[in-house]
Amino acid sequence: MIAIVDYGAGNIFSVQNALKFLEIDCTLTSDPIFIDGADGVILPGVGAFPAAMKKLDEAGLTDTVKRAAAEKPFLGICLGMQMIFSKGYEFEECEGLGLIEGEVRLMEPEGLDIPHMGWNRLIKNNDCPLLSGLGDDEYVYFVHSYAAHCADKDVAAYTDYGSNIPALVHRGNVYGAQFHPEKSGQVGLKMLKNFAALV
Amino acid sequence: MLAKRIIPCLDVRNGKVVKGVNFEGIKEVGDPVALAAKYDREGADEIVFYDITASHEGRGVFLDVVKETARRVFVPLTVGGGISSAEDIKRVLRAGADKVSVNSSAVRDPELIREGARIFGSQCICLGVDAKKTGDGKWTVYINGGRIDMKLDLVEWVKKAEALGAGEICLNSIDTDGTKAGFDIDMLNAVCNSVNIPVIASGGCGSLMHFTEVFRETGASAALAASLFHYRELKIPQVKESLKKDGFPVRITAAPPETDSLEDELF
Repeated sequence: MIAIVDYGAGNIFSVQNALKFLEIDCTLTSDPIFIDGADGVILPGVGAFPAAMKKLDEAGLTDTVKRAAAEKPFLGICLGMQMIFSKGYEFEECEGLGLIEGEVRLMEPEGLDIPHMGWNRLIKNNDCPLLSGLGDDEYVYFVHSYAAHCADKDVAAYTDYGSNIPALVHRGNVYGAQFHPEKSGQVGLKMLKNFAALV
Repeated sequence: MLAKRIIPCLDVRNGKVVKGVNFEGIKEVGDPVALAAKYDREGADEIVFYDITASHEGRGVFLDVVKETARRVFVPLTVGGGISSAEDIKRVLRAGADKVSVNSSAVRDPELIREGARIFGSQCICLGVDAKKTGDGKWTVYINGGRIDMKLDLVEWVKKAEALGAGEICLNSIDTDGTKAGFDIDMLNAVCNSVNIPVIASGGCGSLMHFTEVFRETGASAALAASLFHYRELKIPQVKESLKKDGFPVRITAAPPETDSLEDELF
């Protein structure tokens, strides 16, 4: 069973809809017992970094989520991906979950709009089970204004928006998608299926 | 680089997709959930639903359509029509929409844009605009499905909406809507040159050439069409292939749709 962490941030229903469509056993939960007992965990999120970290903390889930990430397949989506890193700088400096070293800062692509919104191409960088069975330059759907800065070895795929920004990160059992796999058509569904296969 | 988006638009009345020409002579053309799923399979980059239901009961039916679509469609879903408060926005987002489109109600109360952007984020507030030419390089904004001329200058309005927090503009030309004579290039340029948010071109598309034309001659980031797709005059994969051939970045979906069963879904 995959636990989708419900901590009051963002559109969690679309992640649940996608998993249900794929007939993947999942539950939307804010209960630490369910998260501890799950075989895999998805951390969704839309909104601002500090507010989301605060909500996670207030829900008493920060340690539960860190524990989950240490021992089972763990996928952060969009803001949930950004929270994987050590630090965020949205409005203020804020500690992240620190699962992968890196920082999240405002994007400043020259001559391009912010937010980075729409379909952009993945540029494969390192092998990653989530990309299994997918082509080399698949399009996925992004909506974000901040981007991660981290070591190249942790980046499974970049996307080009003014410069290369991390689109999919991966270290051990921890995965993070800056885009929305649940809104990326068949390509995104395939990645969610790949994630479920690890569970 | 972002792909140019191709967006089928479905006008929904009492739970059915309908299509009218110049906002008149409305005909039912199909089931919205089945059509949306079909377009998703064909490679639509986004789906737009406009609720043109007048009755209160119809609104409930429409929210059910949104919910059901969100269970089967995994590309962004934009919902418009009858949204006049933050509470309305919340309701459609909770039903599974990713963005809302506000039109007449935003003209009557521009604060709706600011409020929506503040609570839900600019990325989910799309401003829908219906406009008509009044003179050389001048257009005015109409509301209530193109029936009422607000004598409001188009360029002033879109600039104001951007400043209030609109994340995107869907610009429909009343002059070209339903004509199949091509998008309103001059009007699109006037808007694209005045704002820094994405602009969706709407109204008048009738051929593959019109898609190429709108992306070549304007800064539009997406093109929207309705009857062209509903009546299968053009299919989305055809449009994408044609744009790709003309050198535009487009998202080509790998799996070709199975046998064309859309006719079964049509009335």
